[in-house]
Amino acid sequence: MTDQFEPTIIGFTCNWCSYRAADLAGTARMKYAPNVRLIRMMCSGRLDPTFVLRAFSGGADGVLITGCHPGDCHYMEQNYKALRRYLLLKRVLKGMGIEPERVKLVWASAAEGARFASETTLFVEEIRKLGPLNWGKPVEIETLQEEISKAEEVPA
Amino acid sequence: MTVNGSKPKFAMYWAASCGGCEIAVLNTHEKILDVDANFDVVFWPVAMDAKYKDVEAMEDGSILLTLFNGGMRNDENERLARLLRKKSKIMVAFGSCACEGCIPGLANLSPVGEIVHTAFNTITTDNPNEVYPRTTYDVPEGELHIPTLSRLLRPLDQVVDVDYYMPGCPPESHQIAAVIDLVIKVIRGEAELPPKGAVIGVGNSTVCDECPRARNVKLIKAFKRIQDIAPVDPTLCILEQGVPCNGPATRSGCNARCPQVGAQCIGCYGPAEGTLDYGARLMTAFASVIDANTPDEIDKILDGIPDPTGQVYRFNLAGSLLKAAKPAWEK
Amino acid sequence: MSEKKQERVGVYVCHCGSNIAGTVDVVDVAKWAEENLKHQGVVVSREYKFMCSSLGQELIEKDIKELGLTRVVVAACSPHLHEKTFRTAAANAGMNPYLCELASIREQVSWVHTNKPVATEKAKAVVSGAVSRVIENVPLDEIKVPINPNTLVVGGGIAGIQAALEIANAGFHVYLVEREPSIGGHMAQFDKTFPTLDCSACILTPRMVEAGTHPNITLLTWSEVVNVAGYVGNFNVTIKKKARFLKEDLCTGCGICQEKCPKKVIDDVFEAGLGYRKAIYTPFAQAVPNYPVMDKENCTYFIKGTCKACEKFCPTEAIDFNQQDQLLNVDVGNIILATGYDLFDARRVSNYGYGRLPNVFTSLEFERLSNAAGPTGGHVVLRDGKTMPKSVGIIHCVGSRDKNFNNYCSVICCMQGLKFAHLVQEHTGATVYNFYIDMRTAYKAYDEFYQRVLEEGTLFVRGKVAEVTDAARYSNEKGKLIIQVEDTLAGKQRRIPVDMVILSSGLQPRHDAKEVGKMFGISCSSDGWFTEKHPKLDPVATMTEGVFIVGCAQGPKDIPSSVAQGAAASARVLDKILQKEVALEPIKASVDEERCSGCRICNGMCPFNAISFVEDRMVTEINPALCQGCGTCVAACPAGAIHGTGFSDEQIIAQIDGLLLRNLEQVGA
Repeated sequence: MTDQFEPTIIGFTCNWCSYRAADLAGTARMKYAPNVRLIRMMCSGRLDPTFVLRAFSGGADGVLITGCHPGDCHYMEQNYKALRRYLLLKRVLKGMGIEPERVKLVWASAAEGARFASETTLFVEEIRKLGPLNWGKPVEIETLQEEISKAEEVPA
Repeated sequence: MTVNGSKPKFAMYWAASCGGCEIAVLNTHEKILDVDANFDVVFWPVAMDAKYKDVEAMEDGSILLTLFNGGMRNDENERLARLLRKKSKIMVAFGSCACEGCIPGLANLSPVGEIVHTAFNTITTDNPNEVYPRTTYDVPEGELHIPTLSRLLRPLDQVVDVDYYMPGCPPESHQIAAVIDLVIKVIRGEAELPPKGAVIGVGNSTVCDECPRARNVKLIKAFKRIQDIAPVDPTLCILEQGVPCNGPATRSGCNARCPQVGAQCIGCYGPAEGTLDYGARLMTAFASVIDANTPDEIDKILDGIPDPTGQVYRFNLAGSLLKAAKPAWEK
Repeated sequence: MSEKKQERVGVYVCHCGSNIAGTVDVVDVAKWAEENLKHQGVVVSREYKFMCSSLGQELIEKDIKELGLTRVVVAACSPHLHEKTFRTAAANAGMNPYLCELASIREQVSWVHTNKPVATEKAKAVVSGAVSRVIENVPLDEIKVPINPNTLVVGGGIAGIQAALEIANAGFHVYLVEREPSIGGHMAQFDKTFPTLDCSACILTPRMVEAGTHPNITLLTWSEVVNVAGYVGNFNVTIKKKARFLKEDLCTGCGICQEKCPKKVIDDVFEAGLGYRKAIYTPFAQAVPNYPVMDKENCTYFIKGTCKACEKFCPTEAIDFNQQDQLLNVDVGNIILATGYDLFDARRVSNYGYGRLPNVFTSLEFERLSNAAGPTGGHVVLRDGKTMPKSVGIIHCVGSRDKNFNNYCSVICCMQGLKFAHLVQEHTGATVYNFYIDMRTAYKAYDEFYQRVLEEGTLFVRGKVAEVTDAARYSNEKGKLIIQVEDTLAGKQRRIPVDMVILSSGLQPRHDAKEVGKMFGISCSSDGWFTEKHPKLDPVATMTEGVFIVGCAQGPKDIPSSVAQGAAASARVLDKILQKEVALEPIKASVDEERCSGCRICNGMCPFNAISFVEDRMVTEINPALCQGCGTCVAACPAGAIHGTGFSDEQIIAQIDGLLLRNLEQVGA
């Protein structure tokens, strides 16, 4: 086992396209990074921003959202709603000081097992570069003086 | 529920707050006389003179009802929270600060050192010798202490066990009056207390439930500031007019006070029942109804909300799932 | 933590032979679950070689009965394979099937990772997520809806006709809707069919007549579906019956109107642009139904207000210039789409010169030339209408197997090209060259046909034709079409002068396939063919229950395959009709009206019209029969007033916590 940081990533998949793509990657024995733990939903339109925030506050370093390509959604157009929520969520995360690249939306159809595998591995590397999110309990302050003195080094 | 034949004890305390909750209680006008008639007010810094040692001297659980407002900003707040928790039977997180952090919670966007540094070093404060507060200081008479800031502002229930929540910034006076009435009835044995952990002084739904404005299927093509759409159409849903109104995700109970006078709801009554993250509910509400399908078009519409974090977390940041921005967590 | 009674959870980790056990330490995973998830209610945790076997299932059933299990997690393969298997096992033991969850540790762990310790740790997390989730599952019951025994078949080609006849013969009613004036489809245009060289019309027309006269088939030609509402078992379809401008019950099909009509129009549908028809016409002699149709855009009366010859001469006064389009509403339980294909537009391959060089023909044009009932009376002649070609070049793969046009193989063009070779020689005795890349003659008697055509003296050149040109370089090329090709077997460039070129054009999806698909609630692949439920095991069903796809609408294929698919779909439909009711998965959204504020944010979320706003109560309602269970409205509701079964917030949040092992922190594990 290496000392390098191994990200923990939660992946949301949709039953009809991306989950089947993941299955296809499995059936074809394509290898990809083991850092992603998948959750199956019926549609990417089920994605509630709460899930992403729960994942981050629960220890995930990254969240991958996958669904059908625009125009191919099994439920017609619900992946567009996922896209809209994803874009607003990224902005709010940025305002919370979390790198918006920690959440990523990728479209993959049921036939794109290879794409699923490669996008997963790519995302793992992207998160590895960003480093751990470390969303944990706040550390107690040693002294306020220390905190203030640290602040002087931080540009306002 | 009288204690030994005498009137039950009542306390109200303010931690990191603005005082508005106290004023809201006083705004119940004559109702305050009912409080006086039915309770023995033992500790209420704004209204009477009592010391912390008086509270320490009380028996545990001897205060029937404590309305605790304000957030946990420093060790004094936390100490009093724990003290009053010990001395009280029923502790109510009163007001948005205690329930979800409210405006003081926005401090959680920055590291605490930076907050103090900025407070003592702004363009309106001349501090050439860089004098900052020290929490302990030796003087001939002994050691002086002032409360130390905690790293984050926390709502009451992240420090002590809370029995009930009364949200609002401040809670509406008519709701406070209703709760006072309920408690008096409970004391007289005429009513049951709600289940522990309940949110009281609220409606069952969200602000839209009480809002008289007409609403249609929503298709938002642009987000605007309210002054940009003036005059605001008084009959139509404010969100449909393009102004991000937090009403759809905000707990009802205030009678849609702000939308009724032509202002968008900013969300002071906190989340609806069962919500894990208030901001997420607003994000999904605003985003789902954007009338665009390509990233470029969606981004353009989202540019109409220049501060999305503030828009969705104005009152709820400390009570949200993430609780604080990353810089505030990191050492 | 709420005061819920703790569940009793059974965990079963499958070895799947060495498929899982080879990469995941399944014994360790089972032991870990028992030790670490005890506080969540795991009372038994087993591992077994093949959980899906009857012995494996019996393990679960026995534990449910003897240990009083209330939840089951099976860590094995993908739920798409065995979710039903294990849910049925649970149901057999008396547990609600929806209280059983599958955790995929094969497709998502053992088959895609190589490091055993890492894969094992991931498997533990997956099991932890599934256990946390299953605790939040609630018992659900399948929703049963009645099936309307009527069926809609869209498209009257050979596949549609087959499907309609099978269902009608079984005693159930079929609405057969066809866009053109007659059923028959492309097969009616062909001359002979490979490999038997049966006359296409001869084998097709008896079927057409049977369909046209069947008491259980309502034939609606010159009609189109314009709207589909509802769900499996209960579709309500709106069909636009375009005006024929004649009264069908009075028309005897005598044909006098066509004879007397003075307006000739180029027939670019049936005759592929090679022949004429009148403004009032039946597309071909054996048309079913055999009453004509008036082409409003070319009729002198509609253009100038004069003529009306048809009306004058009609012996039964059947002509009705005032007829309007009609909208019909039918209720059906199942729909079969048999909408066929469009021919690839060969003009797009500009180097082959179709549309520019007169003697370059497409496959459909050649079929009409060769057909005895066609515009040239069956004479294979050049564009001048009289000269017989002495040499003909037939080019395969036009527009197919080509990244510039359609990447796929159109399946029938090789056999078609061979058929043309045979017919050309039969009709003209000309020298025939076939230009091919590969020879695809796979099915019964197909390769034998190829060998026959070889023996008949057809010349084969293996190479993709670069160009068809009339720019002669040598004296023997003057006045000819020169085919420039690399003969890859001989390793030479060739210029072969011929009199006539036939392009074996590819098949492509109908130009409006995407819109049609959307209307019926099905999707198209990236190539534009309708998407089947499973390419290997379920080629006629779609992801939408109750909607089937047959024939070339699903992808290029030959006539026997189209017929087989038509019959296959009808068997599926009959199977549903005979069951009288269909069970729908209980994955549905519902609104808690107490909590609903009437904000209407969800109202725009449903493409299936399941969401409606009730004005007098100022709340939103969801129709469970129309709800498809996507969960988009559940995620959108800002008040959290919409609940989704099967994939509830509680289940998903619990799964997130479980996958991140947050459930262990509560016991300081």
